Amino acid sequence: MERPIIEVSNIGKKYNITHQRGRYVALRDVLANAFKNPFKFAKHKAKQIVGFETKEEFWALRNINLEIKKGDIVGIIGHNGAGKSTLLKILTGITPPTEGEIILRGSVASLLEVGTGFHPELTGRENIFLNGAILGMTKEEIIRKFDEIVAFAGVEKFLDTPVKHYSSGMYVRLAFSVAAHMEPDILLIDEVLAVGDAEFQKKCLGKMEEVTKKEGRTILFVSHNLVAIQRLCNTTILLENGNVKEIGETKDVINAYLKSRSGAQSGQIRSEERHNTGNIKIIDIKIADTEGLSLINSDSKLRIKIKYSSDFKEIIPDVRVLISITSERSQNMVLRLDSHGTSKTLGEHIASRGEIVCETGVINLVEGKYSIETAFYLQDTSRGYVKAMSQFDVITNIDKYDYRLPPDKNVCDHIVKYLFKQDI
Amino acid sequence: MVNRMETVIKPKKTFSLKDIKEIWQYKELLYFFTWRDLKVRYKQTAIGALWAIFQPFMAMVVFSVFFGELARIPSDGVPYPIFVYTGLLFWQFFSSSLSAVSGSLISNQAIVTKVYFPRLILPLAVITTDLVDFCVASVVLVGLMFYYGFLPHLIGIIIIPLLLVITFFAALGGGLFLASINVKYRDVRYILPYFLQMLLFVTPVIYPSSIAGKYAWILAINPMTGVIKAARATILGTEPVNWLLLTLSFVAVFILLAIGVVMFKKMERYFADII
Repeated sequence: MERPIIEVSNIGKKYNITHQRGRYVALRDVLANAFKNPFKFAKHKAKQIVGFETKEEFWALRNINLEIKKGDIVGIIGHNGAGKSTLLKILTGITPPTEGEIILRGSVASLLEVGTGFHPELTGRENIFLNGAILGMTKEEIIRKFDEIVAFAGVEKFLDTPVKHYSSGMYVRLAFSVAAHMEPDILLIDEVLAVGDAEFQKKCLGKMEEVTKKEGRTILFVSHNLVAIQRLCNTTILLENGNVKEIGETKDVINAYLKSRSGAQSGQIRSEERHNTGNIKIIDIKIADTEGLSLINSDSKLRIKIKYSSDFKEIIPDVRVLISITSERSQNMVLRLDSHGTSKTLGEHIASRGEIVCETGVINLVEGKYSIETAFYLQDTSRGYVKAMSQFDVITNIDKYDYRLPPDKNVCDHIVKYLFKQDI
Repeated sequence: MVNRMETVIKPKKTFSLKDIKEIWQYKELLYFFTWRDLKVRYKQTAIGALWAIFQPFMAMVVFSVFFGELARIPSDGVPYPIFVYTGLLFWQFFSSSLSAVSGSLISNQAIVTKVYFPRLILPLAVITTDLVDFCVASVVLVGLMFYYGFLPHLIGIIIIPLLLVITFFAALGGGLFLASINVKYRDVRYILPYFLQMLLFVTPVIYPSSIAGKYAWILAINPMTGVIKAARATILGTEPVNWLLLTLSFVAVFILLAIGVVMFKKMERYFADII
């Protein structure tokens, strides 16, 4: 069997928090301290040297063991601060690990940010050479690929214009184009697809697919864009608090990730509000698409499941269920799902405890965070209500969309189907 | 950079021979950084590379008027303008390199935190840029030699590269030391211009070292003293070359360089974290 192209054993990276806080220490202050309080300073120094000082240590990564085979495209996902970028920085050699060892069998290039080292005063042509060299290409390589790079970026006309006069789109296109034409054995990529317009993102994804699948290159890809991960990677690593939590088939890992996240964010009831109805309780809100996936796309159909209980004996009479979805960004209500507003007249008497399933049509929502409010209104004289708030994310699958979605319209009274189930 | 060999990433140790090999591997990047700095420096200036001549030239004119003509500072029997220009040429190379090296990591932090390459490339590139400026500015010296009718000694032509090497490493060694401190303590960049100004007056640039009389040895601690004296001795024929002094400078510079490199390598592992 071939040896793995990347072998990570026992990697750990420690940061001293005290160290971190002192970002811009002025020598002046250190000296002033030493003079003002020489005894304390000496004691402190002595402690530091002996190692008694209680430093706050923070392990950004700990006990990371990985083996990656040649030709694998590996995604790395995790919450913010899980250690994804630190791992990539160690792999590229930008920052050394505190412990452990990594063996890389082949040339490495990294793409932590597009346009690293671009100089605004230099022309497009000059920047291609400079950026290429910084990324590790040789001069001959750049000359050989020059026309291809320019054509991909589509900046032929502006080659001899300083890049400070470029539009930001052109700038990013040129930068990505240089990076995309590198030919290392191992390519490390961090969140670079989050730039450019949708069309260019699509082109980039296509280019990356071409680069990876055709030439058997090994790629490590850190991203929050789960759609891109799902599309490109065959294996995915889930990092959590500096440890590998899960590694395996992309689909499984993404599901595990979403599950871990939904515990923290999506679907969790954030606040509750009630009035005049002490006895109905919303226990749980689950948001998924109609196929049961918790990764919600712009063209998904939602299936919202609300679990509830109450003190009513058998049925709750005269209830109206209203779900409203609001964009967190614009604070506009984008969907209003009313059990009274659908074509069919629904049973307004629902079981005293059970589940309500609400299905929508294609939601057509732009990428972003949405808050969802589910409310039960009692139509009897008490006019009581109970409301629960939750949240979910929508991701735009740039594959399927050729255009940017219009800003959310007020899509009220969407076609919905309400199902009322009794708890067994 | 297609190298088939294995790369091993481990917790970093200090300087080893492998580092030099690595710099050689990245020589093309060194070229591109130098090329970038030169391009950018003169891109938006009206007279372009002439600035490299203009600065020492104006300094020479001012010094000649005030120190040469009015204060009548001795100049070892050669016309003061050419005397001071020889000194200024080397001094400018040294002082601008020193300050450029000490700031080279900070000014490239966007690259340092995003891409790996041997960090020593950056300081080397900025000195090389200043070396090009030196070459441009020496045109004036040639002009002055014509004007005053000086013929360079053969040994002068041979020894100048050696003097450049000493200056190069003096600026590199001191600069690396300062660069390492600069990453952590940002006040270095405020102290440095002041410090360089002081240093100018304890280096025999505007006066001959003979002026110090029996205290001349104090000046000799400064490696630039040996360099400037030797430059005058060979180019202008003011005195025989003081080989002992030059050897001393050489040794001093290499000690400085060693300290600078060790400091730099020690700090190198934290650069990306604290910059």
